[in-house]
Amino acid sequence: MRFSGLRVLKEGLTGNKGWTPHWRDPQPKVEYDIVIIGGGGHGLSTAYYLAKEHGLTNVAVLEKGYIGGGNVGRNTTIVRANYFLQGNSEFYSHSLKLWEGLEEDLNYNVMHSQRGIINLFHSDGQRDAAARRGNMMISQGDDAILLGRDELKEMVPYLNFDDLRFPLYGGLYHPRGGTARHDAVAWGFARGADQRGVDLVQNCEVTGIDVENGVVRGVQTSRGPIRAKKVAMVAAGRSGQVAAMAGMRLPIESHVLQAFVTEGLKPCIDHVVTFGMGHFYISQSDKGGLVFGGDLDFYASYAARGNLPTVETVMEAGMALMPMIGKAKVLRSWGGIMDMSPDGSPIIDRTDIEGLYLNCGWNYGGFKAVPGSGNVFAHLLATDRYHENATGFRLDRFRTGRGIIDEEGKGSQHNLH
Amino acid sequence: MRISCPFCGERDRREFYYRGAAVDLERPLPGAGADVWDAFVYLRENPAGETRELWYHEGGCGAWIVVTRNTVTHEILRTEHASEARS
Ligand SMILES: Cc1cc2nc3c(=O)[nH]c(=O)nc-3n(C[C@H](O)[C@H](O)[C@H](O)COP(=O)(O)OP(=O)(O)OC[C@H]3O[C@@H](n4cnc5c(N)ncnc54)[C@H](O)[C@@H]3O)c2cc1C
Ligand SMILES: [Zn+2]
Repeated sequence: MRFSGLRVLKEGLTGNKGWTPHWRDPQPKVEYDIVIIGGGGHGLSTAYYLAKEHGLTNVAVLEKGYIGGGNVGRNTTIVRANYFLQGNSEFYSHSLKLWEGLEEDLNYNVMHSQRGIINLFHSDGQRDAAARRGNMMISQGDDAILLGRDELKEMVPYLNFDDLRFPLYGGLYHPRGGTARHDAVAWGFARGADQRGVDLVQNCEVTGIDVENGVVRGVQTSRGPIRAKKVAMVAAGRSGQVAAMAGMRLPIESHVLQAFVTEGLKPCIDHVVTFGMGHFYISQSDKGGLVFGGDLDFYASYAARGNLPTVETVMEAGMALMPMIGKAKVLRSWGGIMDMSPDGSPIIDRTDIEGLYLNCGWNYGGFKAVPGSGNVFAHLLATDRYHENATGFRLDRFRTGRGIIDEEGKGSQHNLH
Repeated sequence: MRISCPFCGERDRREFYYRGAAVDLERPLPGAGADVWDAFVYLRENPAGETRELWYHEGGCGAWIVVTRNTVTHEILRTEHASEARS
C-alpha cells in the first residue's frame, strides 16, 4: 500500500475502508542472518537500511513491548545538527540530510518541520561560544545565524526581555533544525522495513544471548530460541540489562528525563527555543500543545516517571523565560529511560564477542539520530567497517582515553551530562 | 522522593547531591592497572532494581550517605553513613 494525496482523497470519499495494517505480525523464524534487539527508533531504522541499502532482508527486530512504546514515542521530537566536536558534527549532519529526504524515501508523513531552533545566550562569553559553534556548523556544511538582541526580539517577541535573571543577549539560530512527529518516525521505518521483508516481532523479550567460544549464536526469547549469525543490541535505556546477557558491563547509567505538554493552543511559538541557563526548552506541536522539558532528574532510574522537584524547576524556568505560557494548563507529563554515557556521546561499535554489535549511549538526544544511527549501524553490520560519518563512536574510548567526545565540555564522567 | 539522613532524619530529595553508584567505597590502588580503573571510573552494573548509591547531604549536615534504593520503584530501602558502609 502506497500513500498519496489521491489515495487519501479516495479513502475519504469511500469511508476509509481500504487502509490495511502498516506491517505484518509474523511468527519468529528459527534462524535469521541478523537479529536486532529493540524495536525503538534506532532498531527499526537499522533494519530499514540493512534491507534498503545492503539487500539484507533475512532480519528480525525483536521488541519486548510494542513498536513505538519506548523512548522513540516519549521524546520532545527535536531534530538538529548543531554539534561542535568532530565525531559528532559529521554524524548529526549526515543524519539531518537523511531527515530531509525521509518522507519521500519512506513514503510516510513524519511531519518533519524545519521551523528553526534558537539557542539563547546571556553574556559576552556565551555569545563568543555561540559564534564559534555556529562557525563549526557552517564549516560542516550546515547552517547557523548569530542573532543579536534586536533580531531576537523581532523573531520571538514573547520572551522576557526585561527582567530575566540571565539577560537575553541574543541567540544562535539553526534554520534547518526543527521537529518531527515521533510516533510517525517509528511507524514509517517499521513499515519500510516490513515492506522489504524484515520480520518485526513484538511482545518478544530477549532473555538471553547465546555465545559459544567467543562467537554469538543467537538469542533466547519469551517466544523461544532464535539462531542468528549476527546480533545487534539496540535497547537504549535497557542496554545495560541486554549487554549483561552477554556477560558485558557497559559505561552506561540509565536515568529519567521528564517532559510535559499543555492543552492545545492557537499557534504562538513558531520555533524551537532553548534556554540553556534554565535547562528549559520548548516548541509547539502541530496539534497546538506546548511541548517542553528540562534536565534529568539526576538519579539512576528505570521508572519512566520522575519526581516533583524537577517538575517545579522546569516550570519555574519556563515562567521566567516566557511568562505568557503561565495560563496554559499542563495536560500530561511523563518520563523516559535515558542511556547516559560518560562523555554524553553515543557508542556504535563491535564488541569483543564475534558477531555481537552495540548501539547505545544516546543520552537525551537520540531522536534526531534515528535515521543517521540506523544508516551507519546497518553499514557496520553489513560490511564490518565503520561508516565514514561514524568513526568516532568507539566503545573503547573510555578505557583508552583516546577519542572522548565531550560535547558539553563537562568532563567524561558519569552523572555530568 | 525523601531520603533519610542518618543524622538529620527524613529530608526532601532537593537537599541532596547525587554522586552515583557507590563504587567510590572501593577505590582501586593507583597501580591496579587500566582495566581495573576502567571498570571503576566507567563501567556500571546499572541494575533495574536494587542499587547502592552515594548521596551527599549538601543542604544539611554535609555527610556522604550510602543509599540502597530501588531504581524501578524509587523506594528507598536503607541509608547509612558512608564511613560505616565502608568498614
Ligand atoms: C522526555 C524525553 C525527551 C527527549 N527529547 C529528545 C529530543 O528532543 N531530541 C532528540 O534527539 N532526542 C530526545 N530524546 C532522546 C530519544 O528519545 C532517545 O535517545 C531515543 O529514542 C533512543 O533510541 P530508541 O528510539 O531506539 O529507544 P527506544 O524507543 O527506547 O527503543 C529501545 C527498545 O528496546 C526494547 N527492549 C529493551 N530491552 C529489550 C529486550 N530485552 N528484548 C527486546 N526488546 C527490548 C524496548 O522495549 C524499546 O522499545 C528524549 C527522550 C526523552 C525521554
Ligand atoms: Zn544530614
